[in-house]
Amino acid sequence: MSSRGGAPIQYIVRLGPYIPNLLRATVINIELLIGLIAVGYVFGTLVALLQVYGGRALCTVARIYEWIFRSIPALVLIFLFYFGPPRFGVNVTGFTAAMFALGFRSSAYQSQIFRGAIQSVPTGQMMAARSMGMSRIRAIFTIILPQAFRLSIPGWTNEFSSVIKDTTLAYAAGFNEVLRTARIVYDTDMTLAMAVLVFVALIFMVLTLLGNAAMGFVERRFRIPGLEVPGHEKARQMSLGSSGRGRG
Amino acid sequence: MLLRVEDIHKQYGKDKVLCGVSFTMNKGETKVIIGPSGTGKSTLLRCINRLTPADQGRVWLDDEELTHTRTNINKIRAEIGFVFQSFNLFAHLTALGNVRIGPMKVKRMNKKDATTLAMEELERVGLSDKAGAYPAELSGGQQQRVSIARALAMFPKLILFDEPTSALDPELIGEVLEVMVSLAKEGMTMLVVTHEMGFARAVADEIIFMENGVIVEQGPPKQMFTNAKHQRTGEFLNKISELYGETG
Repeated sequence: MSSRGGAPIQYIVRLGPYIPNLLRATVINIELLIGLIAVGYVFGTLVALLQVYGGRALCTVARIYEWIFRSIPALVLIFLFYFGPPRFGVNVTGFTAAMFALGFRSSAYQSQIFRGAIQSVPTGQMMAARSMGMSRIRAIFTIILPQAFRLSIPGWTNEFSSVIKDTTLAYAAGFNEVLRTARIVYDTDMTLAMAVLVFVALIFMVLTLLGNAAMGFVERRFRIPGLEVPGHEKARQMSLGSSGRGRG
Repeated sequence: MLLRVEDIHKQYGKDKVLCGVSFTMNKGETKVIIGPSGTGKSTLLRCINRLTPADQGRVWLDDEELTHTRTNINKIRAEIGFVFQSFNLFAHLTALGNVRIGPMKVKRMNKKDATTLAMEELERVGLSDKAGAYPAELSGGQQQRVSIARALAMFPKLILFDEPTSALDPELIGEVLEVMVSLAKEGMTMLVVTHEMGFARAVADEIIFMENGVIVEQGPPKQMFTNAKHQRTGEFLNKISELYGETG
């Protein structure tokens, strides 16, 4: 046993010097997460709106978009976004490539969360808004979307715990996010391979927990009687890490 | 003449719902539309403010033809209140929010004035103490009274009521009818689809009996109840009075 490294405490001590670098790299993952969620949110909302209200042509465009970004593996997308643009004379950083690749991918999933939420707002709400003289667009923005937003929070919690893990795929785009940093550690000292990977795993477990707590806070903050998703709160309490089955 | 409805036709697939309905209303009048279910009463109301476009026929409010394609329908809808059977209060807004959103978003009133106005209208339906409650926290009767206040806050020329008490528990019907009776007495112009014969007897200037998409007979309540020209009218009124009693 000792020849393979001895007590776990020894690993922790030896990993010590690398920990600041790993944590700094984690910040990059968090930045990437925020970036890709934002890209995904903006485009996801747009795609959902087009699918529900866009008429046949726009709806078809939105469906094709959704199909493309739901079917291509994340890693392939990152490579395409990283190596593709330079061929057209556009240089992108690894971070930007990963943010948009994962962001567009997430937008395809977020669009379905949001579409479902929009469609679960009862039709009477639109009818009541139109009957008092609101235009369709105004009714969508003042009546439908605020309700759909609340209904989609549980879905987002799920999407969040899924994409946070996807950020490690960005190591393929060659910048020092946490998994690539971990690799540098075990390239330097092979005996630390398991220890550093376990450490990375722990980081993501903690991030997921914190993220879900934050989403739970958002959900409570915006809670409105009558607009809850039934049974969701209970499901969350029962599963510690995620509100549902992720895809990651 | 405030409202003129002329030869309205509406067909869903092969199902002819309205086959040439015409009538007029003067300012301050209350008219009650009765008839067996599936006769097109609700469809008629929806055709009047174009929530459902009529296939044929024309509608004027004051002297503006609102069935004309170039009419700004949103502007006219703002002048026609609509009270739904299922209330359709905006689920993400409080009672106050529901009542003031029309004045704010459609009439561009500032928030302070809209709030004052909304509180007055809630007071009028006896619910100023529920201003901060969300629809899900209100009883059906209270929700319907809020929805009446929501219509009133737009200072409508006319309010259309689509079976306003049909979704209510019997003990909650009275409070809604009470509000409607007082509105009628204040001179509000109201077109009401209902089975509440007590209400019709008390305040209707005229009862319109519809069956199979046409108006069979219309006249003052007294004449309709005691001296109907058509046998069908008498039969229906008797049956309805038996079933629904004389509440209100």
